[in-house]
Amino acid sequence: MTNVKVNSVAKTYGTTPVLSDITTEFPEGSFTSLLGPSGSGKTTLLRIVAGFIKPDQGVVTIGNNDVTDIPVWGRNIGMMFQSYALFPHMTIAQNVAFGLERRGIKGAAARKEVDRALEMVRLPGFGDRTPKQLSGGQQQRVALARAIVIKPSVLLLDEPLSALDRRLRQEMQVELLRIQRESGLTTIFVTHDQEEALTLSDKVAILDKGRIVQIGEPETVYERPLTRFAAEFLGDSNFLTGTIDNGAVRLNDGTVVKTTGTLPGDRSKVTLAVRPEKMSIVSGPTDGNSLTARITTVIYAGPVLSYLLETKDGLPLKLFAQNRDGKVLSDGDTITLSWSPEHTVPVAE
Amino acid sequence: MKPLGRIYLIVILIFLYTPILVMMAMGFNASPLYELPFSFSLQWYQALWNNTVLLTAGLNSIIIATITALLSTALGTMASVALSRRTFRGKSLLQLMLLPPIAIPWLITGTAMLIFFYWSGIGRGMHALLIGHVALAIPYVVLVVGTGFRTIRADLEEAAMSLGSTPVHAFFSITLPLLYPSILGAALFAFAVSLDQFVISYFLATPGYTTLPVQIYSSIRKGFTPEINAISTVLLLGSMTIILIFARFAKPGDTRDKR
Repeated sequence: MTNVKVNSVAKTYGTTPVLSDITTEFPEGSFTSLLGPSGSGKTTLLRIVAGFIKPDQGVVTIGNNDVTDIPVWGRNIGMMFQSYALFPHMTIAQNVAFGLERRGIKGAAARKEVDRALEMVRLPGFGDRTPKQLSGGQQQRVALARAIVIKPSVLLLDEPLSALDRRLRQEMQVELLRIQRESGLTTIFVTHDQEEALTLSDKVAILDKGRIVQIGEPETVYERPLTRFAAEFLGDSNFLTGTIDNGAVRLNDGTVVKTTGTLPGDRSKVTLAVRPEKMSIVSGPTDGNSLTARITTVIYAGPVLSYLLETKDGLPLKLFAQNRDGKVLSDGDTITLSWSPEHTVPVAE
Repeated sequence: MKPLGRIYLIVILIFLYTPILVMMAMGFNASPLYELPFSFSLQWYQALWNNTVLLTAGLNSIIIATITALLSTALGTMASVALSRRTFRGKSLLQLMLLPPIAIPWLITGTAMLIFFYWSGIGRGMHALLIGHVALAIPYVVLVVGTGFRTIRADLEEAAMSLGSTPVHAFFSITLPLLYPSILGAALFAFAVSLDQFVISYFLATPGYTTLPVQIYSSIRKGFTPEINAISTVLLLGSMTIILIFARFAKPGDTRDKR
């Protein structure tokens, strides 16, 4: 149970900067997701914390120890890999005992620890089987048991659930969260699945082009994105651009949009992000912001209806509505949509 | 189609094994001129027992093949580790350069070796044969072990390291055991390449030190007796036993990661 810090960490491959000047902290016992597209540097950051990659500059500390120059095998980390990475020539018990053995724990003491770890991942009595006899989900549980049995300072997860099918993934998410809470391990989780990041984490860090764009609680990052990229990558978003005029934003077609967010000075250009589910279709005039648009497509998705809209300026918009009355509007209909100034978030481009 | 396939398989097996079986049978035939009718006799095995020239050559062959297998497997496996797990300059060129020796006719390789060994003072004899055979077997070993490497995921070693293994410990506790069937297969391959080798051996052997294929060849030129069949049978049964033991215990491909 330790906090992990990275301080001005940078890494360049050849002439391509993969990470530039990352400084962040993973507090003790927290679950942080590193979320970003491939090439954003999230895996590189995880591997730098693990010790597989040495940063060109910067410092990594685990607890109070500067581990920057300590290789992975001296760091006492627990790691889960996308491919499970169980040793195929060993039994489940031998796999789980591997790290204990490296720490000089053998015989009855090791057996006890192994049994306890297998119980924790709900695979008691599986010790004598081989990895091949287990399903993907079971193998991933063993990988988790192997990673936590050594009582690591930090648990690092490299997209461990992405090889599982949807149902199993959700089951494993619950399991992972339960074990993380029980063990109180500081956990860093790399994923490209935004839903997974939102459900599991105490904190979400969004990475883009080697930088952390935004880090915070899932709700904050989702409700108040700082940049267009963050708004777009985590969930869906509509973007409206306009010029600031007297504390509000005048769109190109003259519509005035209000926001509770902080705006820069008059006359400057600004981009506003509005989540599609925050907009609603109204029949009369409203207090909030409103726009008129034509429906181009209605997508029926069961509990939710997605409307693809277009304003008369040709600006595409998206609107998600609860499916209360079924599909009553159809393509080509013109509607008025409304949303609150609170849900209008100024974002950096 | 199924019975047709079976017939096809049987025909192939007949083509493969009939000459060998005839050869083996004739070793037990009394006639020195391979005449029929067949009359069972062990006289050629008795003659072989006293034919020190042929027996010595046979022993030489086995010794050379064993040393070749050990040396080329060790060297080739190390090369394979470097080619599979490390990045360094000239790696792809090196990898490419390993393949042509397999395709170059042995006659050309043998001539080249003879000229080079003569010019450099290495000369001929057992040491020259060993150098030649090891050089010849290494590309096969690298190829076989390299294929084995491709079935082992690199993140297995990473997992071991995350649990506290040094890279050396990770290699010996994870990679090597998984590579074991490939290494054994490569060793057998090297053994067979050396045991089979005629052309290069012919160039590099001296009158005092020959291998079995070279000795058989010179015996045939002098007019041969079924003693040749006898020693061939012994050799054949020996190598087949080794291969069957390998197939039984190593279960090639069994330990690989299926995903």
